[in-house]
Amino acid sequence: MRIGLLADLHANREAVEACVEALQALACRRWVVLGDLVGYGADPAWVVDWAGEQVAAGAIAVLGNHDQAVIAGDLLSMSPAIGAATAWTRSELDAGQLEFLRALPLQVVDEDRLYVHANAWAPGEWAYVSNRLAAARSLLATPAWLTFCGHVHEPALYHLQAGAASHFAPTGGVAIPLSSQRHWLAIPGSCGQPRDGNPAAACAWFDTDSRQLGFLRVPYDHELSAQKIRAAGLPPVFAQRLGEGR
Amino acid sequence: MPVKLQAGLRIGEFSLVELLHEGGMSRLWGVSHAQIDVPLLMKLPRIDYGETVSQVVSFEVERMLMPLLGGAHVPRFFASGEFEDQPWLVMQRLHGETLETLLGSTPLAPLRVARLGALAALALDDLHRQRVVHLDVKPGNLLLHVDPLNQQERIVLLDFGLSHHADLPDLLAEQFNVPMGTAAYIAPEQVLGVRNDPRSDLFALGVTLYQLATGKLPFGTPISNNGMKRRLYQEPAAPRSLNPQLPRWLQEIILRCLEVDPNLRHPTAAQLAFDLMHPEQVALTARADLRQGGRLMAFRRWLLTLGSRVEADEHKALPVSRAPLIMVAIDLKQSNPALDEALREMTRRAMQTATDARLACVTVLRVARIGIEPNLDAEGRSRHVKRLVALRHWARSLDLAERRITYHVLEGTEAADALIDYARSNAIDHLLMGARGVTGVRRMLGSVSSRVVAEANCTVTVVRAHALAPAEPDAGESTPVP
Repeated sequence: MRIGLLADLHANREAVEACVEALQALACRRWVVLGDLVGYGADPAWVVDWAGEQVAAGAIAVLGNHDQAVIAGDLLSMSPAIGAATAWTRSELDAGQLEFLRALPLQVVDEDRLYVHANAWAPGEWAYVSNRLAAARSLLATPAWLTFCGHVHEPALYHLQAGAASHFAPTGGVAIPLSSQRHWLAIPGSCGQPRDGNPAAACAWFDTDSRQLGFLRVPYDHELSAQKIRAAGLPPVFAQRLGEGR
Repeated sequence: MPVKLQAGLRIGEFSLVELLHEGGMSRLWGVSHAQIDVPLLMKLPRIDYGETVSQVVSFEVERMLMPLLGGAHVPRFFASGEFEDQPWLVMQRLHGETLETLLGSTPLAPLRVARLGALAALALDDLHRQRVVHLDVKPGNLLLHVDPLNQQERIVLLDFGLSHHADLPDLLAEQFNVPMGTAAYIAPEQVLGVRNDPRSDLFALGVTLYQLATGKLPFGTPISNNGMKRRLYQEPAAPRSLNPQLPRWLQEIILRCLEVDPNLRHPTAAQLAFDLMHPEQVALTARADLRQGGRLMAFRRWLLTLGSRVEADEHKALPVSRAPLIMVAIDLKQSNPALDEALREMTRRAMQTATDARLACVTVLRVARIGIEPNLDAEGRSRHVKRLVALRHWARSLDLAERRITYHVLEGTEAADALIDYARSNAIDHLLMGARGVTGVRRMLGSVSSRVVAEANCTVTVVRAHALAPAEPDAGESTPVP
């Protein structure tokens, strides 16, 4: 079976739709949502509804720090811009949608795979897997053969070895066979807010039979997403960075 | 407990037939499969005793890479898996012997060395185009195979256990403190830990050619890490000092492969193959006349070493780049100044895009029938020379350095066939040619360029001189102006 993975969707409907279409074309029939469904973008209700439908149909979704902030409503600990945006997001969601976010687990283990938003050693503390040492720490904290996480917006693939984990930045569309003899940690990259200089939405697929992993970049109408952000009165920088991928 | 392997044992969907080879690292079994009718080989790494971590990882690398490789220069992959604790991999079993079997009869004739080298370089070019560096090129990993369909020789590359794929995580990088490779053949930058430079394979092929041509190894067979590093500063003995029969052009090519600085080697395997296939056009440098590795050279190597050390890390970020082989087909029979200039202008632009691009200027000498070898008689020779002179004249204003340009007069009954065949056998990247005007005869027979575009296996650019609009509309009557 082939699984489609989306991380850091950030209320970006156009990006989610484009990734879903691309992953469906690659025969993905199940979905994993790696957290941060909301925040930054102008379509939180649509993205939460989409995730809710998928979960009802068997998909897996985990909680991200932006989702957590919206349900906690703890705005004082945030910078004013983020706080205002979080309050706006909260106002866009109805009780059912907030309840869906509240019910999301921090992590899910499925067969030999772990799905978590930030890391495996302390999923609720939101430390980033942003370097090889952090990747090794996360890999050593779980017996799972393969970890998928988000939080970090750049796509990456780490594998465990003596010392710091080995880092690989996905380059082409080559399907990567994951050896069963070592432990892996994959970060699909951000669907709704790419930050590696490439505005195309990031996502990934994993084939449980062939044990192959693929990273994808999907172009989408980011100008429309940016327009909606401006129209909603959200900070203009949220709109601007979509076009730059920063 | 390791599995006891014996004939008749079923592993996956395969049955073991006979043990073909028992090596220190792995065992090779001939196997059969109910639905597959090509000869098959199963490779099983030793896991029973004395195995090293690197051996296990190497096999993991090979299982990861082989399914992604294709083409005529690698064995076809069928399946891999684990049988209890024993990993295995099944590939096509190809007939032929590795070049290791020739080491007993060295030195080989220079033209045979060049031929084998060209075949190996073409195989490496094919691999490099698939974004893979082999990193363990040596006689034992170069299989000389004769294609049963057309009786043509080719080299098939074996053993991808140390290879690097630009689009896959590298399981061997940083993993081990010792350089990964075979001590006698390993490239100097590989000794320093660089694993993504295709030119490392050209160094190892250079060592192989040196050995075939002289019977000696240029850097011996060091057993220590420091021993391997000696090639960074110690010049090998000039091949001609060991085998005086060796032509200067072959020494030039071999010593260029053995340059410490990868930038001084041929930029691509295709360019090395090109030189080995066209000895008369090899631009000779001081390398061709070296008597032996002198002290000065050793000093120069040592200085370069310092540079390579600094560069080692930068190389890691480099993508597999290509220095293109560009071919321009020139029709000397129907000269058209406007078209000639347009073609030259396009050639100039193509050559400017990459500083180490090389240009082959080619023309076809039409012969009535093949097999009569018109080139051998005096008249044929003079026609040949005349065309070479004309080619040089055509290319003069391109103002390219001698080492970047070569001239070739092909013979054939059909220009299109000759051009297509040349582009294919020389691993040309880009072919440029002029389009002819559409005359009645051309329209009926089809143009040379349209056939080349359809059938050549490289990029083809057909250049047209700017066409002038007809001065008068040829519709019978003109509309009177009111």
